[in-house]
Amino acid sequence: MSRGTLYDKVWDHHKVTTLPNGQDQLFVGLHLIHEVTSPQAFGMLQERDMEVARPDLTHATVDHIVPTSDQSRPYGDDAAEEMMAELEENAREAGIQFSDPTTGDQGIVHVIGPEQGLTQPGKTIVCGDSHTSTHGAFGALAFGIGTSQIRDVLATQTIAMEKQDVRKIEVNGELGDGVEAKDVILEIIRRLGTEGGVGYVYEYAGEAIEDLDMEGRMSICNMSIEGGARAGYVNPDETTFEWLEQTDYFQENPEEFEELKPYWESIQSDDDAEYDDVVTIDAAELEPVVTWGTTPGQGVGVTEPIPAPEDLADDKQETARRAQEHMRVEPGDTMEGYDIDVAFLGSCTNARLPDLRRAARIVKGREVHEDVRAMVVPGSQRVQRAAEEEGLADVFREAGFDWRNAGCSMCLGMNEDQLEGDEACASSSNRNFVGRQGSKDGRTVLMNPRMVAAAAINGEVTDVRDVKEVTEV
Amino acid sequence: MSGTEDIPAVDYVSGSGVPIRGNDIDTDQVIPARFMKVVTFDGLGEFAFFDQRFDDEDNEKDHPMNEERFQDANVMVVNNNFGCGSSREHAPQALMRWGIDAFIGESFAEIFAGNCLALGMPTVTADHETIAELQDWIDEHPDGEIDIDVEAETVTYGDTTIDVEVDDGQRKALVDGIWDTTALMKSNEQAIQETADALPYV
Ligand code: SF4
Repeated sequence: MSRGTLYDKVWDHHKVTTLPNGQDQLFVGLHLIHEVTSPQAFGMLQERDMEVARPDLTHATVDHIVPTSDQSRPYGDDAAEEMMAELEENAREAGIQFSDPTTGDQGIVHVIGPEQGLTQPGKTIVCGDSHTSTHGAFGALAFGIGTSQIRDVLATQTIAMEKQDVRKIEVNGELGDGVEAKDVILEIIRRLGTEGGVGYVYEYAGEAIEDLDMEGRMSICNMSIEGGARAGYVNPDETTFEWLEQTDYFQENPEEFEELKPYWESIQSDDDAEYDDVVTIDAAELEPVVTWGTTPGQGVGVTEPIPAPEDLADDKQETARRAQEHMRVEPGDTMEGYDIDVAFLGSCTNARLPDLRRAARIVKGREVHEDVRAMVVPGSQRVQRAAEEEGLADVFREAGFDWRNAGCSMCLGMNEDQLEGDEACASSSNRNFVGRQGSKDGRTVLMNPRMVAAAAINGEVTDVRDVKEVTEV
Repeated sequence: MSGTEDIPAVDYVSGSGVPIRGNDIDTDQVIPARFMKVVTFDGLGEFAFFDQRFDDEDNEKDHPMNEERFQDANVMVVNNNFGCGSSREHAPQALMRWGIDAFIGESFAEIFAGNCLALGMPTVTADHETIAELQDWIDEHPDGEIDIDVEAETVTYGDTTIDVEVDDGQRKALVDGIWDTTALMKSNEQAIQETADALPYV
């Protein structure tokens, strides 16, 4: 069992009691809700004649089904309108703050929490969404929950959980040019496997992680769940504190910033903390990683050969065979040169301002390949506005990208943004599961946002290190 | 042992099986996102594994859940990392509404197993060989009875009894009928308040 880690400390601060079933009851510091997984939980609450315990610690947004083109109400899709209306009513009745599109603060739940300063170090954060792990970038203990658990949290502001092991993943040294946070996490998942993190929480550490901005740390923590770990975190440091100080919350409550800082520092993992497992990775060895298959663990360096199924572990071979058939790739080939029909820049992994800035530097002065439809879906309305003010939106539009409104969009194809037929998509999102982007024959290739930009321009998977970028956009 | 009035104890699950083979079966496959545009879980059962079961014209494809002989199955036998990906409770809800009461597999993704527990559905595990043999046995005996003894951590089918693993917390919650945690946690109101008061940020 771990000792002295951030995980242990935050857990202890929030532990209410040990339940008769052996699980711990934990207090929840922030409960984020969205339209897909919460309506049934509100329904269950009503059935039991219960009320929302702490609306003040609950915050809502709409992201999964929201149209990213025409957002006038009622939405064109009746089902989407019904879900939105239901969330509006639930939030209003319970007195829960709702960052809906009219507020200018709407966006993907894992983008808006950090933006508004709701996400803070040392908080427990839950949401009915597996990528809640994203918020761990701030040194919060954040994990996705199911709808019955949402009911628990609404009713009690607590959750029943079992404590897990902590694995420290140290990424030492410096990342090479063109290698990003996304590549680090794709590499971690490739090495440790999609189920390698089951039973663990991941602590990301080492020079390469410390050097990342908050957005990069979020990209990494975001995909902890793809590696099987329900939560991942980075210890808070000056980079974290600088971000927090700029958020609305601490701009409005500057005295709280000073008050809370000692707490944030106190929950950092001790130098002599004990871990259940430690894995080290040499940052200098990494290159941009792309996926060749249909799980996020099926990745490969962009210049490396796609593995033959028979060279993989026994239990991975059958999945790999089916994946290669679906993706129509051959062992021994590289992913470089793989034809692309769609380019999607978006999702809670990679649709924040620095992601769009880096991609824009690749796109500037170039044109989207004639066979590619390319779109940018900013992670939030704030990211969208900032990008428009900075001129990034124009760079993308002039190159032939469709510049859309904020939401989850083609990350999971619950609105009108979907793959058609067997289209291949260069995607900055986090899941390449069969059918994920709205078409069951669709083919998703995960990569970092600059790689998506390069693929959009060339119409094929491209090693972005070979693309000259402009320095000013 | 029996549970509280409205939460039944789940110490046994008995019934026939359906094998769903393959590793890393994600919840996007169990219930594709387009069927989640709903505000209740009712009616999700018919969409379970939809894209595996039906082609573009809604014609049935080869899939165990389409086979007549497995229509009454209530124990699903799966392989490694079942239920990975999205946290959607729609996945176990859809399978439960299709008729499943329990899962036996090599391993389960955590959020999926947690969601199952919140619905009173055991997720018990055994090694690859044991699971593969059970899956083959079900193919030969689609009506054969499978008994999961949650407390004793055994599964019996035909003349065979195998040891399985049930996570300690899950076993206790199921056997004692305390897997629905809302009321239990609500009763600790004072301790909740004390914990909140001690947190610097609340
Ligand atoms: S962007 Fe994708 S992964 Fe992120 S919350 Fe939305 S659907 Fe989930």
